[in-house]
Amino acid sequence: MIGERWINLAVPLALLAVPLYALMADEPFTITLATRATILALAAVGLNIALGIGGLVSLGHAVFFGLGGYAMGILAFHAQNYSPLEIGPLTFAGTKSMPVIWLVAVIVSAMAALLIGALSLRTSGVYFIMITLAFGQMFYYFAISWSAYGGEDGLSIYVRNGFPGLNTLVPIQFFAVCFVVLCLALALNAMLRASPFGLALNAARQVPQRVETVGLNPMRLKLMAFVISGAITGLAGALFADLNRFVSPSMFSWQLSGELIILIVIGGVGRLMGPVVGACLFVALEHWLGGLTDFWHVWLGVVLLGIVLFARGGVVGLLTGKAGPHV
Amino acid sequence: MSEPILATHALCKSFGALTATDDVSIDLRAGEIHAIIGPNGAGKSTLIAQICGALAPDAGTVELLGRDVTGLSTQARAQAGLARTFQISALAMEDTVLDNALLGALGAAGNPWRLWGRVSRDAALRDRAMAALDRVGLADHAGTRTADLSHGQRRQLEVAVALTLAPRAFVMDEPMAGLGAEGSRVMTGFLDGLRQEAPILLVEHDMDAVFALADRISVLVYGQVIATGTVDEIRADPAVRAAYLGEEA
Repeated sequence: MIGERWINLAVPLALLAVPLYALMADEPFTITLATRATILALAAVGLNIALGIGGLVSLGHAVFFGLGGYAMGILAFHAQNYSPLEIGPLTFAGTKSMPVIWLVAVIVSAMAALLIGALSLRTSGVYFIMITLAFGQMFYYFAISWSAYGGEDGLSIYVRNGFPGLNTLVPIQFFAVCFVVLCLALALNAMLRASPFGLALNAARQVPQRVETVGLNPMRLKLMAFVISGAITGLAGALFADLNRFVSPSMFSWQLSGELIILIVIGGVGRLMGPVVGACLFVALEHWLGGLTDFWHVWLGVVLLGIVLFARGGVVGLLTGKAGPHV
Repeated sequence: MSEPILATHALCKSFGALTATDDVSIDLRAGEIHAIIGPNGAGKSTLIAQICGALAPDAGTVELLGRDVTGLSTQARAQAGLARTFQISALAMEDTVLDNALLGALGAAGNPWRLWGRVSRDAALRDRAMAALDRVGLADHAGTRTADLSHGQRRQLEVAVALTLAPRAFVMDEPMAGLGAEGSRVMTGFLDGLRQEAPILLVEHDMDAVFALADRISVLVYGQVIATGTVDEIRADPAVRAAYLGEEA
């Protein structure tokens, strides 16, 4: 069996190797696929902090993904139309700068996560799942009815946003940006897990009554995890919108929330590389099986069933030989 | 008589028609072990839940160190110096023994908001956790996954986590539950020495342990305290013999 340290090293290297190979073989579409997998992995790394360490089964993480997407869409929309963005008495100029967009995406998603988390965390179990789902649907229908920003049709951004010193229209350069962000998020995840906060959060998932009895508030610990989690998923949403140069209400859809959970379960809940492995497999299946049949989700379901029944630790758990008892 | 460390005054709690706690006033004084005994369903767990803040009483107050804590949450009472152990071990089973003790140390430090730095390399937390593990004899098992501990070792770890808090009072819910004769003897010896550090409110079914340890015993039957006194007084009390000890005594 393989040590988890090796997996933590090998998985990012493998993900990096795919677009480098594609670059040499001159297959730009493969680079786009790898970028898509990288961004989905980033979104799932975010969810994995709430789900894997905190045990919060959020079926509403598409809210943050969508908010990140719309943060990008709205800012870039105003920039490409040279129209000012008016929020109440304040007027902002739109922007095509990725770092600024990311900052806005992270702040907006974190604030939304604080609000949604503070309300949702009063419940637990299936009620928590349902209330996060309900928030997701609220945002979804709001986006559909928001005609100023395209309503159901969404917003198209004609030119990808810029990053200082890079030409983001070159697929490999945009991949590099996404890959670095993913690595930073993974490092953050590993740091959190080992920190005093991570220890307390991990205990709050397993035995909340114990955490209370030592004088700590499990709900606040989970709320903090939910906010960090939402912020990372929001950042992924901004990148995803930039990848497609398009944002639409489907980024808020509950199917997307579900897919994020599915790819974490496939990769390994609570495992550092679980979301990355899951996202890569998901995109690979989507691409190859999707090319053979429109009903490729059936086969995804078979994979998921196999994992849930026979490999509770996901693919990473299977490789390390440790049946991760997480969640 | 010195001021009690922990006290309840006329505590009442009902669940529908069932009165689980009926006008219970007990106190815990410095340096003593005060045992609560009573048949199954007497309301011992309900009483503990109210003392520790998991359950709000219908009437009455709980005082800790002379301060009314009735309206405080479980975590506020823990911060005020109350440490409890659970009847059924409530430990993070996936984590190591040291991690569980570190959680206690983190609670005692009161700040879980540091998001960076490895908790296992924090010397202050680690020393505190290891000292507690050492006292219950689990120092050699610090790296063991808690799920791999024996039942008796888990009971010891329960106590160790409480120790990391350096509390002013312990509330222990059946620390001997499920321990064999030898384990019970070791735990009894340990608790015997612990009372000097902080008094212990002890709910226990193991009568040998209760009679060996308790300075005072309160007998709870149908939610009411029918007697409080020394071991000899309780042994001799006819009401207690009739209601509870019966053939067992």
